Amino acid sequence: MNNEAEGYPLAQFRKTYFEECAELLDALQANLELLSNGSGDEETLHAIFRSVHSIKGGAGAFGFGGLVAFSHVFESLLDAMREQKISATPDVVQILLRASDALADIVGAARDEHVLAADFAADILTAMEEALLGASDPTASGVQPKPDSEVNEVSGERRYRIAFTPHTEMLQKANEPLLLIRQLRKLGGLSIEVDSSRVPPLDVIEPESAYLSWIFTLDTGVPQSAIHEVFEFVEDDCDLKIEVVSDGSLAAPAANLAANSANPARLAASKPVDAAVAPATPTQSIRVDVDKVDRLVNLVGELVITQAMLTEQGTLLPVDHYPALIQGIEALAQGARELQESVMAIRAQPVKSVFARMPRIVRDLAATLGKEVRIVTAGEMTEIDKTVIEQLNDPLTHMIRNALDHGIEGPDDRIAAGKPRQGTIHLSAAQRSGRIVIEVADDGRGLNREKVLAKAQDRGLVAAGASLSDEEIDNLIFLPAFSTADVVSNISGRGVDMDVVKRNVQSLGGRITVQSRFGSGSRFTLSLPLTLAVLDGMVVSVGKETFIIPLTAIIESLRPQAADIHPVVGRGLVLALRGEYLPLTHLHRCFAISDAITDPCRGIVIIVESESAGRVGVMVDELLGQQQVVVKSLEANYESVDGISGATILGNGRVALILDIARLREIDSRMATDRTVFNHQNAIIDLPEEAPHAA
Amino acid sequence: MQPDKQTISVGAQDTLDRPAAGENTQQFITFTLGPEEYGIDIMVVREIKGWTDTTMIPNAPAHVRGVINLRGVIVPIFDLRARFGAGLTVPTSMHVVIIVAAASRTVGLLVDTVSDIISVDPKAIRPIPEMGLPTEDQFLEGLVAMEDRMVTLVSLAGLFGKAADPGKRNFSSDLPKAA
Repeated sequence: MNNEAEGYPLAQFRKTYFEECAELLDALQANLELLSNGSGDEETLHAIFRSVHSIKGGAGAFGFGGLVAFSHVFESLLDAMREQKISATPDVVQILLRASDALADIVGAARDEHVLAADFAADILTAMEEALLGASDPTASGVQPKPDSEVNEVSGERRYRIAFTPHTEMLQKANEPLLLIRQLRKLGGLSIEVDSSRVPPLDVIEPESAYLSWIFTLDTGVPQSAIHEVFEFVEDDCDLKIEVVSDGSLAAPAANLAANSANPARLAASKPVDAAVAPATPTQSIRVDVDKVDRLVNLVGELVITQAMLTEQGTLLPVDHYPALIQGIEALAQGARELQESVMAIRAQPVKSVFARMPRIVRDLAATLGKEVRIVTAGEMTEIDKTVIEQLNDPLTHMIRNALDHGIEGPDDRIAAGKPRQGTIHLSAAQRSGRIVIEVADDGRGLNREKVLAKAQDRGLVAAGASLSDEEIDNLIFLPAFSTADVVSNISGRGVDMDVVKRNVQSLGGRITVQSRFGSGSRFTLSLPLTLAVLDGMVVSVGKETFIIPLTAIIESLRPQAADIHPVVGRGLVLALRGEYLPLTHLHRCFAISDAITDPCRGIVIIVESESAGRVGVMVDELLGQQQVVVKSLEANYESVDGISGATILGNGRVALILDIARLREIDSRMATDRTVFNHQNAIIDLPEEAPHAA
Repeated sequence: MQPDKQTISVGAQDTLDRPAAGENTQQFITFTLGPEEYGIDIMVVREIKGWTDTTMIPNAPAHVRGVINLRGVIVPIFDLRARFGAGLTVPTSMHVVIIVAAASRTVGLLVDTVSDIISVDPKAIRPIPEMGLPTEDQFLEGLVAMEDRMVTLVSLAGLFGKAADPGKRNFSSDLPKAA
């Protein structure tokens, strides 16, 4: 027998299979979108079919019975559509969309080895089967076609289901099932499911016995007799059932294969003989291990640093003495920059992979909320670094859900407001000046500024008399303590939690803003760096040391007046800034730097904002300038250091540490308790633990 | 050290005099800290370079002198004198950093000078005599007598074990022994 008894290659194949599944599902989703908005053609349908077919083929090989059963029905429905027995009416497309969502769930469950409820997606299965039944010939609409029905039409492809169970005698007569399978393959597109449920535990296994049985699904134009011919010599020594399954009602027999995955022996694994050669559009691409690309990115990063050093040295030379050298250095700079961009581009992926998941979320949630919403995406091909893409899913999902839940009104309300019944969410991506800008815009009710402001004042987030611009009011919703669920919208359920989104985005080195017009919708704008390997930093000095503060965290910097600095007992100094009191963090104290400026009025205070610590003023000696830096790990050769998120190499070849501003305040207060530094006795305000408070 | 019974007529002295000839000899790079001479397994040494200013690491132990840029790699520098509890080195451009690579990490050791490469028969390495100083024992591998001088062999594993590396990683487990 042709058993691949070793487990390890199987695990590898399995991983590859799920990677492919993810791509196939993405393609499936994208093509279904085309189909649903009417821009799909025949080729779209074929592509959809191929995606499902490939998923099924692999699933059979790995013994994911449930997955095979479901995708089989799905595939049969698509097949009927290909043969134009069923047309792509909106109802049918709706079923397909739901089926693809369910398929994604089943694949996910198989990958994570979750067990889905027995009736999972049963309604979709039923819907698909009903659609199929409606399409098939009324005379042949029985659940199973007659097993022996002779079909001799030569024209047109047919799908056969061949159940093949060899007896032990067959093997004893030196017949090899693999040869039969190979012969079947020659007849047409073949997918194979193996039933290994009869394989006994290893200690009682008879090496010369036949334990396996197969179910072949064959798409072929040859008559049934030709299939019989393949089995001609073994027909007496096996159980063979050949049937035509043009009506695709095969869920039941395939479903009993589900027992497979529980087989403890796990001995049998058929070869994934998926001969459905798809005439896929040839994409000129190769699969490369991400580690290899990361290594390349690192090497180029080093090259760029060396080049920066050379350039700096070059400026010291008189140009008229070394014209060729100076020119060479300039050419090197240009080349290195282009090389870095090209290497970064390798790791870049279109945002499509994230965007493609959003229509489903919209569908699911719209159905739950009883709203009619469509999503329109643009700029899916905009590319962004893989590291960023991976972390984009959560905030984007959150924003889409938020737009649906709180932005877009119910159909009746919309009509009352003179809007179309169906709400629209626009999701777009574009590249603007070295950053990726992603917008989520809805045509819903927008933010009610009066209520937002009232709520913020109520929560003490804004001083009572403060006058804020419209934009400032809108952006209040990102404050951690702000939940608008019960105020701005009347839909019950989750709070808006926009602070979570903001935190996610900030951890990616991004920014988020909102523009809104009451009654006509909101627009959330996300601005993200192209990569996490490089960051824009402010170079600052403290004593003799140099540090980098990520630019995205910086709000402003200033030199405070003595009158604005107030001591607070147990908290150190606070800075009064436009009616707010911000805690001051002394960088020199955090890091025990001796020769730094200690008087805030003589140094510079940089107002930074972090997800966990809120707004803090960080005291440094001087701002040295703004620079793009390549992020390096400190942990590779040392260990992680509190308050430091990484290191980089400056143009002069020196290492500079990148500050983890979220940690600074805590370090400062810890260091402050070690040696008390208060010399003021007249403390007046006591500041609560977390946020800067309104007076 | 016990000389092999069959070569006893040749004597232990001979083994020490022609160590390079034997297959079992091990090479050490020797360096000085003040008047004392230490040795470190040559196989872990990647390069030797002059002292350059480092970037300090906040709130690190005193013997961590900071990090340097070694062709794009961030490498921490450890002050061996301070590590041995003999106070901080005041580095000048004449001081030397030995870059050692061990397992997955590259680190630099600040020493006074690098003096020699010696070949030693492992059998000629004598244990550190008990001197009631348990703290130093973990850094040291053994003693080698070289004609008129004595070289103390340093154990990388001991240097970057738990004491130098609290918690984070068990450095000693992934380091080859220095002798």
